[in-house]
Amino acid sequence: MEKITTIDSTAIPIMRDNIDTDILIPKQFLKNILKTGYGKNLFYDWRYEKPNKPNPDFILNKPERQGAEILISGENFGCGSSREHAVWALKDWGFRVVIAGGYSDIFYMNSTKNGLLAIILPKDEREFLAQAPADAKITVDLPNQEVRYAGKTFHFDIDPLWKHKFVNGLDDIGITMNYEQQIEDYEAKIPSFN
Amino acid sequence: MSKTMFDKIWDKHVITGEPGEPQLIYVDLQLVHEVTSPQAFEGLRENHRKVRRPDKTFATMDHNVPTKDIFNVQDAIARKQIDTLKKNTDEFGVRLAGMGDEDQGIVHVIGPQLGLTQPGMVIVCGDSHTSTHGAFGSIAFGIGTSEVEHVLATQTIWQTKPKTMGIHVHGKLPKGVFAKDIIMGIIAQEGVAFGVGYAAEFYGDTIRDMSMEGRMTICNMAVEGGAKMGNIQPDQKTFDYVSGRKYAPKNMAKAIEYWKQFTTDDESAYDKIIDFDVSDLAPYVSWGTNPGMAIPVTGDFPAIKDEDDQKAYDYIGLKPGDKPKDIPIQWAFFGSCTNGRLSDLKIAAQYMKGHHIANGVTAWVVPGSRTVKEQAEKIGIDQIFKDAGCEWREPGCSACLAMNPDQVPAGVHCASTTNRNFEGRQGVGARTHLASPAMVAAATINGHFVDIRKEQI
Ligand code: SF4
Repeated sequence: MEKITTIDSTAIPIMRDNIDTDILIPKQFLKNILKTGYGKNLFYDWRYEKPNKPNPDFILNKPERQGAEILISGENFGCGSSREHAVWALKDWGFRVVIAGGYSDIFYMNSTKNGLLAIILPKDEREFLAQAPADAKITVDLPNQEVRYAGKTFHFDIDPLWKHKFVNGLDDIGITMNYEQQIEDYEAKIPSFN
Repeated sequence: MSKTMFDKIWDKHVITGEPGEPQLIYVDLQLVHEVTSPQAFEGLRENHRKVRRPDKTFATMDHNVPTKDIFNVQDAIARKQIDTLKKNTDEFGVRLAGMGDEDQGIVHVIGPQLGLTQPGMVIVCGDSHTSTHGAFGSIAFGIGTSEVEHVLATQTIWQTKPKTMGIHVHGKLPKGVFAKDIIMGIIAQEGVAFGVGYAAEFYGDTIRDMSMEGRMTICNMAVEGGAKMGNIQPDQKTFDYVSGRKYAPKNMAKAIEYWKQFTTDDESAYDKIIDFDVSDLAPYVSWGTNPGMAIPVTGDFPAIKDEDDQKAYDYIGLKPGDKPKDIPIQWAFFGSCTNGRLSDLKIAAQYMKGHHIANGVTAWVVPGSRTVKEQAEKIGIDQIFKDAGCEWREPGCSACLAMNPDQVPAGVHCASTTNRNFEGRQGVGARTHLASPAMVAAATINGHFVDIRKEQI
């Protein structure tokens, strides 16, 4: 998994509450065989007027917004079905951080498994960040658990275990590989019946 | 303190971690199929990882296989998943029983059939009916795609140990009543969530006297009662079943010696006990849209007590007070990992022999594996089904989940030997009625369900 320490990036605000996984990636796009390729259909129903005809007014389609790695949103982000594809789609589009008022448990767990940093900030702080112009950079400093912009610093909480995972770029598999010796010892003791 | 079989197997597999927290558990066997594995292999590739133990991994194709014309996969996505599994297993050195292979079949049918499934093991697969393998005295459960990748890479999985529940099944099974009726009866009595958070162990004289196939049917559907795992202690029947199979241990005597330790000390070891007497059990039929919405064939459909019931009746097109015999059966499906084994087809054929299916009924017989198909053909069962007017098809999951062209049409009532009667499960708008193979055979002949204990068919 890609490490996340400090990210300086422009941001995209989509300040709606209860953005569910169906909005993030509708079910007709789930039948893929990869974890990648979902980005073009992220926010599909909002993003396209007709198949293949982007809605020029939707923020993700605006030329000046391309390349943003931070998504700012409302309460209860990622609710609905458990599909891991929602996280894959955000990552594939290029987001590395989401800043919202809260997340569904399953979405949050899926984000930790896939290297998407999901931060919780209160509404007034998110609204302040959402005002940032398209070319303004916001700093997400994970080691210090801070989001900084325009002279202001907002603190966020994160479970030490998840922080450790992100800062060191460890996925679950990476963490388990720290137990390689124990696994080998175990394998040496498995009885053989051949 | 006394321990359950489950405790003993679990304890033997812990690599690190304390009870009550996630523990790292060693996995002895991972079964892989085409639908839940592509992203897992892709993840390995992205991170330059290998499959740690290809020798403890076995892949097959089942969910997407069209069972009419097996080599003509018309659905582009299905074909892509099938081709991808072939490519992935080649690249990562995993054994594959692909389409047309003599070992191909539903993942939960071929595991036991090939002797891959053995007592004392921890077995996982990206499919919830992995509980089936618990019938051999193993710990077996379904996992998600990230977990599939984790097991491929490390041969281990992080899990929090569930509580244990003993399900005491006792009494002599009446004629015409089968393992399927027992598990449907338990779920109808206890509800679809009674097993959440538990590993369920079935025990008692009924289980002891039951065939391995029957035991598999019971453990298969444990998950429909919310239990991620269903187990049965291994005994001589288990050992005899495994013995001599393709991937069975070469030194069986030594293996059996080891397996014999996996017993439950006494009933005080369970966190909870359920009692189920089968002496007066009737055949069961599901009327609604979850497996708990089922009644004895002699019963009436229940009154509407909540919104779920209302929705179920709206979908299924029946009403309270109706009886199973009032369901106009237009379709029948024999197969799946619940009831797609040779013994299931044999029983259905017994009822089918010398009869013809009712007018207007379409009946599909889909063997659980290629071996089941070949064995059935050898003893002439295929001919009995064909003579009765059924379609004899290729092995796969087929209309159990209708991922391929194998779909039941909208509005049609289907008598089915499968395990799930959810809305849309067998096709958009399809109406599923779960029952045992014998009950489905009788319903196919009569065009409606009958009480096979009584009626001459
Ligand atoms: S037969 Fe049905 S329940 Fe069994 S593995 Fe296939 S789809 Fe799942």
